[in-house]
Amino acid sequence: MNKNKEQLLNKRYKAEKRFRLYGQSAIFMALIFLTIFIFKIFSTGYSAFKKTWLIVPVTFDAELMMLEQNPSKEDLEDADYYDIALKSMADLDPNANEDQENELKRMVSYFFEREIKRELLNDPSLIGKTKDVYLTASDDLDQVFKGNYPRDLPEDQRRVTDYQLKIFDQLVELGKVESKFNLSFFTYPDSREAELAGIASSFMGSIFSILVCLMIAFPVAVLAAIYLEEFAPKNRFTDFIEVNINNLAAVPSIVFGLLGLGILLAVFQLPRSTPLVGGITLSLMTLPTIIIACRASLKAVPPSIREAALAMGASKMQTTMHHTVPLSMPGTLSGTIIGLAQALGETAPLILIGMVAFVNTIPGSPLDPAASLPVQIYIWAESAERGFVEKVSACIMVLLGFLIIMNLFAQIIRHKFEKKWS
Amino acid sequence: MKKKGSFLAPFFYKQSKVLFSGDSLNLILFTFIVLLGFTSYYFGRKKAYRIQYTKKRLTALPQFYGYYLAIWCAIPAFIIFSLWAIFEPTIVKLLILSDYSNQGYLDNELNLIYEKTKSLSRGQFTGEITPFIEASAKKYLNLRSIAQSSKVVIVLSAIIASGAYAYKRISSNSRTREPVEKFLKAVLFTASLAAILTTVGIIFSLIFQTIDFFKVIPLFDFVFGTHWYPAKAFVRDSSEALDPSMYSDTFGAVPIFAGTFFIAFIAMCVAIPIGLMSGIYLAEYASIKVRQYAKPLIEILAGIPTVVYGFFAALTVGPFLKEIGNSMGLDVSAESALAAGGVMGIMIIPFISSLSDDVITSVPQSLRDGSYAMGATKSETIKKVIFPAALPGIVGSILLGVSRAIGETMIVVMASGLAANLTLNPLESTSTITAQIVVILIGDQAFGDPKTQAAFALGMSLFLVTLCLNIVALRVVKKYREKYE
Repeated sequence: MNKNKEQLLNKRYKAEKRFRLYGQSAIFMALIFLTIFIFKIFSTGYSAFKKTWLIVPVTFDAELMMLEQNPSKEDLEDADYYDIALKSMADLDPNANEDQENELKRMVSYFFEREIKRELLNDPSLIGKTKDVYLTASDDLDQVFKGNYPRDLPEDQRRVTDYQLKIFDQLVELGKVESKFNLSFFTYPDSREAELAGIASSFMGSIFSILVCLMIAFPVAVLAAIYLEEFAPKNRFTDFIEVNINNLAAVPSIVFGLLGLGILLAVFQLPRSTPLVGGITLSLMTLPTIIIACRASLKAVPPSIREAALAMGASKMQTTMHHTVPLSMPGTLSGTIIGLAQALGETAPLILIGMVAFVNTIPGSPLDPAASLPVQIYIWAESAERGFVEKVSACIMVLLGFLIIMNLFAQIIRHKFEKKWS
Repeated sequence: MKKKGSFLAPFFYKQSKVLFSGDSLNLILFTFIVLLGFTSYYFGRKKAYRIQYTKKRLTALPQFYGYYLAIWCAIPAFIIFSLWAIFEPTIVKLLILSDYSNQGYLDNELNLIYEKTKSLSRGQFTGEITPFIEASAKKYLNLRSIAQSSKVVIVLSAIIASGAYAYKRISSNSRTREPVEKFLKAVLFTASLAAILTTVGIIFSLIFQTIDFFKVIPLFDFVFGTHWYPAKAFVRDSSEALDPSMYSDTFGAVPIFAGTFFIAFIAMCVAIPIGLMSGIYLAEYASIKVRQYAKPLIEILAGIPTVVYGFFAALTVGPFLKEIGNSMGLDVSAESALAAGGVMGIMIIPFISSLSDDVITSVPQSLRDGSYAMGATKSETIKKVIFPAALPGIVGSILLGVSRAIGETMIVVMASGLAANLTLNPLESTSTITAQIVVILIGDQAFGDPKTQAAFALGMSLFLVTLCLNIVALRVVKKYREKYE
């Protein structure tokens, strides 16, 4: 009897331990997912912040550039750089035949002409001389140099030919290949060529969309929250508004994309693919988030504040605008920032309103076609070229960086400025 | 190469350049209204001060007189201004096209004529210019200049009239605080309608296209058909008449609905055990320190954009599962439902864990104490007392998670297949409602095409399903909260 009891007790204690273990392992698994995730993104993405350059001696031959004696600035602008660019690449291997010369040309980006031109424009005295010029390597060689490219594949399955690899290895041995910080990733717009693609256009698109979103969602949401929390009578209609807000917060984001497409583009004829439409769509999405946050922080202001103001003879509106709302601002602002961070990561609605179009210019206003950072991630992730894989991860790192900064900012506002009442 | 008729373009361009272009005029007028609103505030306040100076009592603080005047000055003008901006294009279009009525043009031909007219008047037209269009372009410019000058006149006179009226009304015994506050309250109320407007907007944007869709495709075929192949409907030449037989067996949504629920099911298989157990652990077992760090870390999972999950699923999880499957001799698609669903599950973990954490912590302590007093262990208390008590709330949180899984787009678009297979094998690829909407609507859409309308019909069904789930879930959670508060 006693032994039986002890056994039962042991069993129960074991069950207790097991249950506890389940809980621990659940948390452990969630955290493991997070770690794998972040590790994977960083390990594939960090190399995108480096860019491979080939250092190629270029002879600025005036004759080949069709330049006369003492050329003016305009002459230099208009000169023909293609031939000297081609020649300097071909000179890497003096015995190259025509096909091989072509392959040599494809070792650098199609920008090489412009890079050589920039060099000469910086220093016009170079005419007739030879200088080592940094040329952007093609994305395949870039990947080879970073060790992301399987070199042991048979040649017909690679985009880099054996010949290109041979020349490239020679250059590496001579120290003519250099890896430097990839500034162009931040300053160039999107491109079909992985080595030239940058996030400038999508970054500006994101900024414009978020600004439009902020300018619409913040005032409307705060005003609505003030009404609902401070003035609204308790009746069916305000209940209906509340149900609406709570539901909108849980409507799938793609439905907002359909709203943008069906109303903003089809009915109001706003320009497609622009951050303006994107921002309006996102603002409708963030509206409920901000309203809920603002109402919560209005609710947290103790009634004594309101009563004191009313007792001093302030009207209801004065009480609200001069006392309650300013006191609730920290909570509202941090809620707004969190809502904007959500909007910043949103992709599906922006795809539907056409912000997925290929844009290779940097937008200057919310009315120019643009992509946004998450959409850029999607576009690059769908591209087949190997060079885009690291770009996607790097773009994700930039996006996550922004989200972390925004969330930290929200935390700081909340902790620094929010009054504790009890 | 110069195109025919382009020699006329500079002429129109120059003429339109003489006037303000429409946008800059609007901007000037808008800034003028705003500036006037601000300055009239000071005029109103000044008048109030003057009244005060004469030792008469004011009925409100001086700034209310300022607000009063500012509202009267700016708001009527602003309303006229916005109404004008909304209706002017339509009226001008009607006037221009009235020349072409009774000539048997179709609607889209008329639209084309109008577009040509507009671009010619802007000097951007490069096609062949017919005398008709040239005449219309002249008329267009004429109408626009009349419209613009009359707009300026009307807006300015509205400002002067309403401003003067309000300025005159300011006196020692005029009431200004009440109207100002009433106005502010009206503004607040209007803002609170935004939520309703958004819902109405969603329904409106979906319903017309959906109705048009069901005019071509019978509802029965959509709901019970088992073949989804919208690409078939796209090959159609736009000049051909609609042939209903072409669409039979193209828009059967069963495979898509099945795929959606299947992937959501896989996601919940990952999310419910992990989310629920971590919620329980955080609420009942974890020390304050563990809670302080683990909770925000898990919530990071909810803050990661879904497109990032999609990339992760497509780049890492899909190929990984394929490799494992191949090593076990299974044929696994690189775009399997398992990869998409699994990653989606990871995304939903934090929703379920933090919601169930909230729900469990709000179970009153007395229930726990009672159970402990009877000699129950902690896990027994949780399983037999707290869990049943918290069940409605937990069910609510799971339903919200399901609704999120059904509405999730990017993970499915990137990691799961785009072809709609009717399958229950998690290793094959399936498609979902959201993925099909994106596939159909990415790129250029032609409204009026059954394929585009199909996307809206799918959106409508998605909206309805998630709406039901949300309403039920929110109601359950609310009922539960009320029970213990």
